[in-house]
Amino acid sequence: MGLLSKKDSILLTDPLADNNPITIQVLGICSALAITAELKASIVMSISVLFVLGLGNVVISLMRNIIPSKIRIIVQLIVVATLVIIVDLVLKAFAYELSKTLSVFVGLIITNCIIMGRFEAFALANGPWRSFLDGIGNAVGYGVILIAVGFFRELLGSGTLLGFKVLGDPIEKTGLYALGYENNGFMLLSPMALIVVGIIIWIQRSRNTALIEEN
Amino acid sequence: MEHIELFFKSIFIDNMVFATFLGMCSYLAVSKKVATAVGLGAAVIFVLAVTVPLNWLLDQYLLQPGALSWLGAEYASFDLSFLSFIMFIATIATMVQLVEIIVEKFSPSLYNSLGIFLPLIAVNCAILGGSLFMQSREIPTLGLALTYGVGSGIGWFLAILAIAAIREKIRYSSVPPALRGLGITFIITGLMAIGFMSFGGMLTGGDEEEKPAVETEATIEKVDKEKVKEELASNTKTIE
Repeated sequence: MGLLSKKDSILLTDPLADNNPITIQVLGICSALAITAELKASIVMSISVLFVLGLGNVVISLMRNIIPSKIRIIVQLIVVATLVIIVDLVLKAFAYELSKTLSVFVGLIITNCIIMGRFEAFALANGPWRSFLDGIGNAVGYGVILIAVGFFRELLGSGTLLGFKVLGDPIEKTGLYALGYENNGFMLLSPMALIVVGIIIWIQRSRNTALIEEN
Repeated sequence: MEHIELFFKSIFIDNMVFATFLGMCSYLAVSKKVATAVGLGAAVIFVLAVTVPLNWLLDQYLLQPGALSWLGAEYASFDLSFLSFIMFIATIATMVQLVEIIVEKFSPSLYNSLGIFLPLIAVNCAILGGSLFMQSREIPTLGLALTYGVGSGIGWFLAILAIAAIREKIRYSSVPPALRGLGITFIITGLMAIGFMSFGGMLTGGDEEEKPAVETEATIEKVDKEKVKEELASNTKTIE
């Protein structure tokens, strides 16, 4: 930890659990729910957000002294939109099928509230290096939830992980299916994403009772 | 008829909150009281009803491949669609600023109760999502774009109204402590989404012949791979 002071490493690790952007700050939920039916899509989405948030935080932090506060939202939106266009074009060029699965949700990274939230709350008041760490920390915290939800939905919904059959073959009845296990197709439908996130929140708050809210 | 069909489809079947999970952040954060939920819902309807047709015009006459042909034949091969994110978000940010000014002028109490969430409509994914879905579903006319905007706005309004009413009542029930607040809201929303899935049969009358009612993201993008390749090829030619 020579590179990071104690304060810096808190910036990096706090958003992973106790200040998680999705389960505690309630930000960036739309995309977290919509694209998690497959693990692969969740991973790509997490990486895209990592790129946009890490770089965007640095850019905003570098410009923080010259942005007039009245038009800062538009400036922030332009910075995010530019970065998202880069991500979108890269995905279209190298992973066309995947970019079709993600459809409009790549564009919706622009309106992902985690990004605006971090710009407003952190990058406008801190230096570039710490903003970078904060961006990475929050993006990873977001990614952790996304990947967890994607993992359970794909595993229970279609018995695969990243497209590999891990529970055996449902048609030839091998592996777990020989014992009578059936895929729960319901996990692939959208409402289950909400319920899975609800359960993650439940588990997290039972482990750390300080996070419990009032009704 | 087309209008009525699209209207009900965008309210119930493709409901912004329950089918595509757009605008969840403000949906979760502003749904503690019915009064504020109604205010935000109305603002969302208005902004969607204005920005979707505006962005439709932008898309049709500026951004689509070949949209610039009204300028002259030499512009017909231009494809500015990579600019759509920036153009759409600029329109939306401007309109939200306008709504903010209007609400502050005519209803200061609503303005205060919405607080930070009014400017945040600009980053409400339901608004940008409305425009992006309008683009990717290739809605053909301006009138239909307006219908789609109003319809999805009303769908969002209904969703936030319903959850706010439920959350007001749930205060009197005994929820497991760790599930209070956010957790139970998620789970209720999930159950409501299951309920809304049953609207899927509304337009088909339960027939299996039509395509499945709840459109998933994968089916939305109809862009033909070949077509895109051709476009790319023609683009590079113009640059050369």
